[in-house]
Formats: sequence, C-alpha cells, structure tokens
Amino acid sequence: MKVTLRIWRQSGPDESGKLVDYQMDDVNPDMSFLEMLDVLNERLILNGEAPVAFDHDCREGICGSCGMVINGMPHGPQTLTTTCQLHMRTFSDGDVIVVEPWRSAAFPIIKDLVVDRTAFDRIIQSGGYISVATGSAPEAHSQLVPKPDADLAFENAECIGCGACVAACPNGSSMLFVSAKVSHLNVLPQGQPERETRVLRMVEAMDLEGFGGCTNTGECTNACPKGIPQASIARLNREYLRASLSGRR
Amino acid sequence: MLALWRSTIGKKAVMAVTGLAMLLFLIAHMLGNLKIFFGREEFDEYAHWLRTVGTPVLHNAWFLWISRALLVVCVVLHIVSAYQLSRRDLSARPKGYAHRLRPTASYATNTMRFGGIILALFIIYHLLDLTALVANPNGVEGAVYDNVVADFQHWYIALAYIVAMLALCLHIAHGFWSAARTLGAVSSATRARVYKAVAGTLALIISVGFLATPIGVMSGLVD
Amino acid sequence: MSEIITNGAGTAPIGYTVGEDLVDRAAPDGPIETRWTRRKFAAKLVNPANRRKHRIIVVGTGLAGASAGATLGEQGYKVIQFCYQDSPRRAHSIAAQGGINAAKNYRNDGDSVRRLFYDTIKGGDFRARESNVHRLAEVSVQIIDQCVAQGVPFAREYSGLLDTRSFGGVQVQRTFYARGQTGQQLLLGAYQALSRQIDAGNVEMHPRTEMLDLIVIDGRARGIIARDLVTGKVSTYMADAVVLATGGYGNVFYLSTNAKNSNASAIWRACKRGAYMANPCYTQIHPTCIPRSGDHQSKLTLMSESLRNDGRIWVPKKAGDTRPPDQIPEHERDYYLERIYPSFGNLVPRDIASRAAKNVCDEGRGVGPGGLGVYLDFADAIRRMGEDKVREKYGNLFEMYERITGENPYKVPMRIYPAIHYTMGGLWVDYDLQSTVPGLFVIGEANFSDHGANRLGASALMQGLADGYFVLPPVIGNYLAQAKLVPADVDSPEAREAYDRSTERLERLLAVNGDRTPDSFHRELGQLLWDYCGMARNEAGLRKALARIPELREEFWQRVKVPGTGAELNQSLEKANRISDFLEFAELLCLDALHRAESCGGHFREESQTPDGEALRDDENFAYAAAWEFTGVGSPPVLHREQLKFEEVHLAQRSYA
Ligand SMILES: Cc1cc2nc3c(=O)[nH]c(=O)nc-3n(C[C@H](O)[C@H](O)[C@H](O)COP(=O)(O)OP(=O)(O)OC[C@H]3O[C@@H](n4cnc5c(N)ncnc54)[C@H](O)[C@@H]3O)c2cc1C
Ligand code: HEM
Ligand code: FES
Repeated sequence: MKVTLRIWRQSGPDESGKLVDYQMDDVNPDMSFLEMLDVLNERLILNGEAPVAFDHDCREGICGSCGMVINGMPHGPQTLTTTCQLHMRTFSDGDVIVVEPWRSAAFPIIKDLVVDRTAFDRIIQSGGYISVATGSAPEAHSQLVPKPDADLAFENAECIGCGACVAACPNGSSMLFVSAKVSHLNVLPQGQPERETRVLRMVEAMDLEGFGGCTNTGECTNACPKGIPQASIARLNREYLRASLSGRR
Repeated sequence: MLALWRSTIGKKAVMAVTGLAMLLFLIAHMLGNLKIFFGREEFDEYAHWLRTVGTPVLHNAWFLWISRALLVVCVVLHIVSAYQLSRRDLSARPKGYAHRLRPTASYATNTMRFGGIILALFIIYHLLDLTALVANPNGVEGAVYDNVVADFQHWYIALAYIVAMLALCLHIAHGFWSAARTLGAVSSATRARVYKAVAGTLALIISVGFLATPIGVMSGLVD
Repeated sequence: MSEIITNGAGTAPIGYTVGEDLVDRAAPDGPIETRWTRRKFAAKLVNPANRRKHRIIVVGTGLAGASAGATLGEQGYKVIQFCYQDSPRRAHSIAAQGGINAAKNYRNDGDSVRRLFYDTIKGGDFRARESNVHRLAEVSVQIIDQCVAQGVPFAREYSGLLDTRSFGGVQVQRTFYARGQTGQQLLLGAYQALSRQIDAGNVEMHPRTEMLDLIVIDGRARGIIARDLVTGKVSTYMADAVVLATGGYGNVFYLSTNAKNSNASAIWRACKRGAYMANPCYTQIHPTCIPRSGDHQSKLTLMSESLRNDGRIWVPKKAGDTRPPDQIPEHERDYYLERIYPSFGNLVPRDIASRAAKNVCDEGRGVGPGGLGVYLDFADAIRRMGEDKVREKYGNLFEMYERITGENPYKVPMRIYPAIHYTMGGLWVDYDLQSTVPGLFVIGEANFSDHGANRLGASALMQGLADGYFVLPPVIGNYLAQAKLVPADVDSPEAREAYDRSTERLERLLAVNGDRTPDSFHRELGQLLWDYCGMARNEAGLRKALARIPELREEFWQRVKVPGTGAELNQSLEKANRISDFLEFAELLCLDALHRAESCGGHFREESQTPDGEALRDDENFAYAAAWEFTGVGSPPVLHREQLKFEEVHLAQRSYA
C-alpha cells in the first residue's frame, strides 16, 4: 500500500520546525508503524538526508519509550496500543498520516519526534516510592493485602510513563500519570506510612513542572495505552485534599 | 491552606466548592422565580420576604446581604481560580497540533471557559437589570413582578436571558459531575455514569425552571 | 604454555591461544550453606562516615543496576549512574513477563534453598559455579520480602497471600508473578527506590548517556568515558569502582526479543580493557515467539510458553505445501513433537522444541512468510474446553498475537518460531562479582555467573535483583576498604587516552560516508550468526562464520554511511557505534562456540548429541568456564579455563524421558 507521511521535523530544541511530506510507496500492511519509519530512515540515510529521530526501545508496548501523535491521536488510532504495537494494516491505501511529537511545555522537544520527559522522573523522585532500605523489609507474608486492593494497585501500576496522557490532554495535564502512581502506592498497606507526604510532594512537583490542571475531559484515559482509569484522578484529588486537611507534611 | 490554594488541585477544589454553593443558590433562586406564575401579589410578597427573612434574629435585610456577600465571594473565588488555572492550562501547551481532531469529550466539557465568560457577563447584566434596576425598562423599586414582565416583552432581552440559561445548562452539566470528581467522589466508571446522569438532570431542571419565566411572559401566560 | 589453533579457512588465521587457568579466589571453602555468611563476615567494611568519599559508577538501570544504585546510595556511597534510555525506568528488564523464582516454600511443596540451588545447577547443564548458585538461592527469599515492602503488586490469592505458579523445568511452584508484567513491576520497584536516592542527592543520574569506554589506571577500573546522547558531548567520569549492569548481548543476532537498543558495547569495551569474556556461546533460544513477517522485521516478540500446554504444534507433511491450514486435512499434518517425543509431546524443553522447529523448517515444511514458522493450533483445545475457557486462560496473549499479526488465533492457528531471548555468557566475575580488572564489578545479565549453559525460566529476574540488592553492596565495600586508592584524575594519561580513543572511533564512523546503512550490516551479521551460530551449530558452519565476520567488519568500515554530526542527537551514530562492537564481539562468540566441541544447555553442537538428538555434554574435556582475554581485533584471544568443581551436585546427563 501507499501512504503519505507528513512528519514534524525539527533539528534541535531551539530550532523552528515544520511538517515535511514523505511518500511511502511500498508499505507492507504487516509492518509496525515504527518499522515503516525504519524503512523511511534507511532511505533518507542513503539519500544523504537526516533520518527522523524518534524514541523507541522494547517495541513490545511496555517500556514507554515510543510515542508520537498520529493523526491527532497519541499513539495513533488504535485504542490500548502503543505506537510500536500499531501496525500499518490499521491504515488504508492512500492515507495521509500526520506525525507530530508530544506537545507540552513540560516535555520540550529535543529533535523531530523526540521529547524530554524527565519531568516524569522528577515527579517520581519527589515521592513516588515506598521508603524501605534494602534488607530492612519484614517477611513478605507479615502483611496481607486483600486481593481487590492488590488488583487495584496493579491496575494503576501498569502505567508505562509514556506521556500519552499529557499529549492528549487539552491542558497538557499529567494528572493521570500522577494519579496512577499515587493510587498504586496509597491503596497498599505498605504505602500507608507515607500516604500523605507522598501525594502532597508529588502534586507539588507536578505543578512545578508546568503541567496544566485537570478539567476532567477524559482525553487522557482514552489515549492511555494501558487504560489507566479516570477514577484514579478522583482518587488523587481525594488523597490530596485529605492529606492537605490532615495537616501532615 | 496556602499550599492548597497554590496547587492546581486545591484551586480546582475551590472552584468545585464555590460552584456547588452557587448551584445551591441557583436552585433556590429558580424555585423562587417560579412563583411568578402565581401572580403579581404573591411574587412581590415573596421578594419582600427575602428582605425580612432572618428577622428578628438578624436585622432587616441582613440575611439577604450576608447571602449576597457569600455569593460575591464565591463568584470572585470561582472566577479568579478559573482565570489562573486557564492561563496555566493554556501555557502548558504552547504549540498545538497541526492535525486537530474533534475532542472526544462532550461539548459541555469543552465550552466551560467560554460558557463561564458568558455567565460572568450575564451576571453583571442581570444585577444591573433586576437588582440595581439601571438597565431595566420598568425599573421601579419594589415592583419586582412588573420589572420582570417588562424585561421579557423585549425580544432581545428575552434572548439574552435564554442564551445565558442555555450556557448555564451546559456549565452545570459538566460542572456538577466535574466537581464531584474534583472533590474525589467518583471512584469507578459506574459511579461516573451515575454522577453524569445526575448532573444532566440537574442542569436540565435548573435551566428549564429559569427559562419558564421568559417563555411564560412571552407566551402571555404571565402579564 | 600456549598453542595456536587455527582453522585454516579464510585469509587471517582464526584461532586462540591457551593461557593459565583462572581460579576464583573470592569464594570461601567449606560447607556451601555458610559460604556467603562467612564471606560477608570476612569482608572489610567501610565506615559509614567514609562512604560519601567513595564514588561508584553504575552503568545500567535494569533490575541489576537500579537495585545496586539504590542500595549503594542508601548506604551512603556517592553513586553516578547511567543509562541510554531517557529514563531509568525503561531498561529492558521492564519487558520480562513470566515471573521470579524464590525458595519461599509457601506452598509447602518441598521447595527449599537446596532444591532451588540444585534445579539451577542442573538446569544450567552443570556449567555454573556451585558457590554462586547456592548464594543466589539463599538470597532469593529476601528479594521477595524486599519487593513486597516496596509495593510491588504481586498476584495474590483471596486470602491476601501471595500466589505462586510453576515454571518450566521444575516440579515446585516457586514462581512469583504480577500478571504478565513481572519484570515491569519489579523494575518499577527498583526504579522508585533509585528515584528516592536521586532525590536525596546520593545518586547522580545520567539518562540518555552511553558508556563508550572503561578507564583503567594502575590496573584498576577508575572511570568511564560516556557520551551524552542529546548534545553529543563526550565526558570523562572518574570513580573508585565501576559497576556494569548493561544487560545481555542477544542483539548481536539482530532479531531477538531484546530491546532495539540493547547492546554489547559496554561489556565488549571493558573486555578490550582487560576484563575476560566468559562463555559467549551460551545463548538461549525461546521456542514460542511470533515469527517474522518480512524483511522489514525489526525485532521479535515473545509469546508465553504456557501456550504449549493446550496448543498443538504441527506443520504440513509435504514440503512446500502452501495451502491455508484449514485446507490441510488431518492425515497430511505432522504433529512432529508428539511424533518424536511421545511422552513429553508439545511440552518438551525450550531448546528441544526450538531445534525441532528449525529442523522441520529446514526441510521446507515451515509455514507463513519465508517458511519460517510452525503452527500452534488451538482448534482441539477450543473443541475440548470451549472458546470461552480458552479465552479466559489465554485471552490477553491471543489479543497480543492478533494485534501484531492481524490474524485471529481462535479461527486460524497461530504461527510461532524460535528466537534469541537471553545470553548466559558475559564478563567473567569471581564470587565477589568482580571481573579480572580489579574495581570493575559486573552484575545482572551482563556477567556470566549463575546460569551455566542454560537459564531456567524466572531466574534472570532473581539473579539481577540478588546481585544488585544483596550481593554487590557488601563485596564492593570490601574492595573499597582495601584498595588504598589515590584520587583519580580526569586529566591522567589513561583517561585522556580512553577519551581520545572513544572520540576518534566516533569520528571515524562519521567519516566513512559510504553507501550502506548501519542497519544493513546489522541485519547481515544477525543472519550470519543465526544461520551458523544459532539453534544448532557445527564446525563447518562456525568456520564459515568466522571467515565471513572479519570481511563484513572490514566492509563496514569501508562502506557504512552515518549521516549528521557527533554534536547532536544522532541515532544513526549510536547504532553504528554499537554495531561496530557487535562485529568484533561476534567473532569471539563464534570462536567460543567452535572451541566448545560439546553440546550443553543452549549451546548445541550437532557433532555432540545422543542418539535421540539430545545435547551430549563432554564433562571430561569441557567442565570449565571459558574466559577469553582480548588481544586485539582480529588477533587470537587467550583462553583461560576456570575448572568447575561439583562437590554438592553429581554431574548427570539431562534427560526428559
Ligand atoms: C521478552 C523477555 C522476557 C523475559 N522474561 C523473563 C522472565 O519471565 N523471568 C526472568 O527471570 N527473566 C526474564 N527475562 C530475562 C530478564 O528480563 C533479563 O535477563 C534481565 O531483566 C536483565 O536485567 P539487567 O539489569 O541485567 O539488564 P537490563 O534490564 O537489560 O538493563 C540494561 C541497562 O543497561 C543500560 N545500558 C546498556 N548499555 C549501556 C551503555 N553502553 N551505556 C549506558 N547504559 C547502558 C541500559 O540503559 C539499561 O538501563 C526476559 C527477557 C526478555 C527479553
Ligand atoms: C461567573 C461566571 C463564571 C465563570 C467565569 C465560570 C467559569 C468556570 C470555569 C472556567 C470552570 C472550569 C471548567 C472546567 O472544569 O473545565 C468552571 C467550573 C465550574 N463552574 Fe463555573 N463559571 C461561572 C459561573 C458559574 C456558576 C453561576 C455556577 C453555578 C452553577 C458555576 C458552577 C461551576 C461548577 C460546579 C464548576 C466545576 C468545578 C470543578 O470542575 O470542580 N459556575 N466554571
Ligand atoms: S518501544 Fe517500548 S513501548 Fe513502544
């Protein structure tokens, strides 16, 4: 099949960028989207042009490296699917496919489709953990976790930190990301001692990074390749208000 | 508390609480308005009662003034928060996408800012019209029934009110359920559906209730 | 002491010399159960107040690296850590699915440290060091405690207790899991612990920074050269010890289940600086991966082995039969595993299932694009249990398969094919996880230590975390307490030399400006290795590969084309740099495979098999770990043997009868 790619090209963080068209004449529908970009890049290299820079690593939908906005949708049109798991059979012959980077003030563009997502790391560093020094852990069975809580924690722990939620949100908010980590840790008994400080510090860090606020549009959940539910955001709000009113710091 | 106000979530909670307070006011206001269908006397009497309610514990009209003060505080906090958050939200995405899609969220959700501005303008006009009476075609103090009827005999005034009430309907439809979420109440997808349904119903009841007056006047039911 | 062994083929003599035997002096003797305790007690300690003065470089943030960085930071060392991804959370450990072993014996099914030790030695086909493996089994128990306390959401039963399941090659249920995302959950636990130390200022994290070389001063590892992948800036980092946790080298085969950017550069360049490379030919192949769909294929995806419990594997009896599967009648199908191994059927071990698939495909009976695939058919299972039951058991795997192939496995049989999955070989380390370069420690998949010639399922995660959380921290302290190091200088001649060597190599890559893309070389190298040093190896094939690799390397340096400059984000340059290392490393891989004229575990030499096609070990001649000393690109390396002693476990032939 044939498609036209319209890709955002930007040679560096401070350069201005533009959309550039590339004609792809021999696309195998079984290719993944990234494999198609590989083919394009091989061609560009041989033509002496700069290949398109994009982040990727596992290509299994789990590391969270890949991410581009395809036809206005983070990770493209298929739900619950990362860019690396998107296959060309999702498109039709003759399609024009617009490919853009995540757009967020908190994720500055490094080059082409590559953005800097270290803001997420800083949010986790501010409190997205349970403090337990190596070797100091009690016997694993000393604390039981009801299965529903364990499942809820797991559902939220599935977040791959790709940033699609931020890319999708009209306000560039990272609430879904933060809420997933707060939900994961705050519902577990192990997470209780730091329950308040965790959420207070993480929200403070999130605000410092320049993400927007949540207006409950739900675009984040729709774009999330792991289906982190919007209910997690409600939980984040609850945890935050509760912690604020508790007077703990 | 200051940290709470400074945070995005705290500000949003302020919007939710003030929004819900205004909503309570609107319900009372709307029910009061419906008294117009029982005639001039009863309506004017009700308006008069509003100024005496709370006595003798409170001095004449104090209750009204306290309510007004609280409402002003709500409106101000709501608008300030909305303004600050909106600025933040807009600067979080300095450059938009070239390929723009229709948002998957509802129309109500995506028109909160715009609708809010319409409501703000409306509130100012509404106060000038029926409280300060400077913009009212009749403008006689105490003659509340006549003032209202005078308004809606002009199609453009009626239109202004109708548009504002439609905006209000949308604002509440998203606002109520959004506030629930902001305050942490919507903990599952099923509950979300329930809250959405409640929000829609509430929005419909309030706006229909308010719309009844201009429509009543225009159709000659009230004169 | 040395003999030159040449293969005679090709222009350059390909061979090796034999050096002195290597002895692991770090492991204490005596009862195996108390060796680790005694080692820890004998270890010199670093006073907590002095730890801040010691800088430790950790390269890698997978399970091994992240757990090590977090623990060393907690203990008060100054850690400088690197990974090439944009975040430490994305290391390839994230992709592990199945689970992690631990001898908790929560099931009361007869498990114990001793049994885990025994299973691992046996599973490794008797090519691992007993002391190390026993220690691994001992600390496995602590790992689960640690991870649970960190909030890793392991699967639980309704009682609130942890659930476990069984995994290939063992008879007890000792595998802890978090749905199909165990690696992800364990890594996030370690990443979060690491994040806490970053916040506390104990760990200085450098994401998107790739190690290019090791700095050795006075015979000790004292730092690394690394390139900031965003700005292209090459910098020198000095420290008192260097820890490599850079994962496996499976990507030398181009197509593997590893992440696209997984590489051998860090360990290979350390090898070029004097660390010996051990057993590179021990590579593991996983039988149930999704086959390639065409030349564009960039990586392979693993499908859980559990599918073989209910799926039946078959190919057409006739070679070149291209009919769709539903038009091939029952009597024209060959359920070859059931035919050849009637007692185990579709559940034969990984290596046997893999080789059998290769054999039928070599006979021209493979299915799907390129004839490289076999059917894994659930029609019988659906008939027997009903589609709902099958969906309940395997639903998410079926979905994943459909997402990738576009085929509905409820209707059409799945196609699977083996793929490179794990590498048991790696840098040689002693009991203290220290390489032959003092001060250079190697942990996780990057070292060769615990799995011998074959790794058991769910044991790599265990090893990575054991190394990082529990083994490395005490022994690295011992080194630092004794090393009497003088401050290392960024401007020392050794550091400058390493810097120059790294930058010159990058410049050379950019200067070639030839007519082939880096990937084209990688694909060619991968195909070559897969053909001659893949699932089954023989002397002739390995010699062919050994003759071809230097030519390909030569061609690479003549014809590769790397666009752009070194002073920017340049993914082609990163790739070319890694491929240039693969092209050198591959030669050692094949040489090791050629020299080991026995079959064991993942290394199958066709010359050495039992009458029914099982791997046939040669304990007389090969009961050793082969540690290779680098002497120059294209020049014969020196083989150092570490003889393996089996005092606790009797050497026995693996059997699946
Ligand atoms: C698909 C798949 C499924 C698996 N399933 C299981 C399972 O169920 N159970 C099990 O026990 N094992 C499993 N394994 C194996 C296991 O996941 C790995 O062996 C293990 O996670 C390796 O961990 P590591 O910390 O050694 O390395 P990795 O996790 O690979 O981390 C390597 C780190 O080194 C960094 N790095 C590499 N090179 C450089 C460089 N030059 N400069 C700077 N940084 C560098 C990377 O950025 C990364 O942070 C699986 C493996 C795969 C591929
Ligand atoms: C005075 C003019 C008003 C302005 C400028 C305004 C503006 C806004 C804005 C910008 C929002 C946030 C939108 C979002 O969440 O997407 C909002 C939310 C809301 N508004 Fe208003 N609004 C006004 C009047 C009102 C009135 C009269 C009510 C009473 C019914 C109201 C009730 C709410 C509620 C309940 C919310 C939801 C708060 C939350 O999401 O937590 N608003 N408003
Ligand atoms: S590349 Fe890892 S999620 Fe897509």
